[in-house]
Amino acid sequence: MALNLVWTGMIIVSIVYGLLSGSIEAVGSAAVQGAAEAVKLCIGICGVTSLWTGVMELLSRAGVTAQLKNAFLPILKRLFPRSKNNAAAMEAVSANVAANLLGLGNAATPLGIQAATEMARLSRDGVATDDLCMLVVINSASIQLIPATVAAVRAAAGAENPFDILPAVWLASAVSVLAGILSAKVMARIWRAR
Amino acid sequence: MNLIMSLTVPAIIALAAVYGLYRRVDVFDALKTGAFDGLKITAKIMPTLVVLLTAVYMLRASGALDALTALFAPALRLFGIPPETASLIFIRPISGSGALAVGSELITKNGADSLIGRTAAVMLGSSETTFYVIAVYFGAVGIKKTRHAVPSALVADLAGYIAASWAVRLFYK
Repeated sequence: MALNLVWTGMIIVSIVYGLLSGSIEAVGSAAVQGAAEAVKLCIGICGVTSLWTGVMELLSRAGVTAQLKNAFLPILKRLFPRSKNNAAAMEAVSANVAANLLGLGNAATPLGIQAATEMARLSRDGVATDDLCMLVVINSASIQLIPATVAAVRAAAGAENPFDILPAVWLASAVSVLAGILSAKVMARIWRAR
Repeated sequence: MNLIMSLTVPAIIALAAVYGLYRRVDVFDALKTGAFDGLKITAKIMPTLVVLLTAVYMLRASGALDALTALFAPALRLFGIPPETASLIFIRPISGSGALAVGSELITKNGADSLIGRTAAVMLGSSETTFYVIAVYFGAVGIKKTRHAVPSALVADLAGYIAASWAVRLFYK
């Protein structure tokens, strides 16, 4: 696991750098401070995040995910030209995008993998198809409408209005997804699948 | 603008409740079940955050994070990205909880309504754990040659960080 190395590296760098720069005393007190802050942070954010997962559960029981899914189908067929006639793949991709939009990460991933399994039928020798790359690029760019965890962190840190970052988040998400889609379309021509 | 922002969250909650009633959903039960799931998620990330924040606080205290910031400051300034977010940008594509740890440290230390705190929040809220997503998806279907997936996903991430920095500077004075 990459994290094993990253974490150990972080600790060693802190000690070595602390010794060299004379801040080792601060490193010592920080070593016990971080753990306490982590618990404080979790307690601080669990109220807002729970409220939000509650609202999302309500929305998905009311059928909003299914309605969003149908709304996305026509747009997504343009993004996945080779899979557009594969009903099972398109159904799964649309449900995946709808779940991502509502921030239902636990539901989104299995749906995305279901779509990937369908799309992978067209791939040969473990080489990714254009559609598979597009699916991964869309899922690695966030399209979540309400970033509840971040808003909760802001609330815990005393933000005046924790959700006032929404317009900036939407703009940044849109730019990121569009850049991903465009670059995937362009690079697919350069990086041919032979 | 302020009025709309203040209304967003209450309006979404109210609309969800009214629409739930209309679709004959057991509204209160759905909220309760979902909220319990949220509590479980927070409980699940707590141990990870305890471990990771320890390392982040030590790195910060040693001065190594500031050195990293200084090292990449010229390149980040070129894109209009606040250099203080360098640590967040590096960990974001690799580890989701690591990014939450680094991001919340930035938000707490600089203030939630500061330029850096806001930029960190927008970056966190508008990006995903890119390498994790790529590994899970391609791993699940046995793809070895990922072609342009990684560079293209990283282009999307970089564009998102730049947009986040510019949007925060433009929207919040």
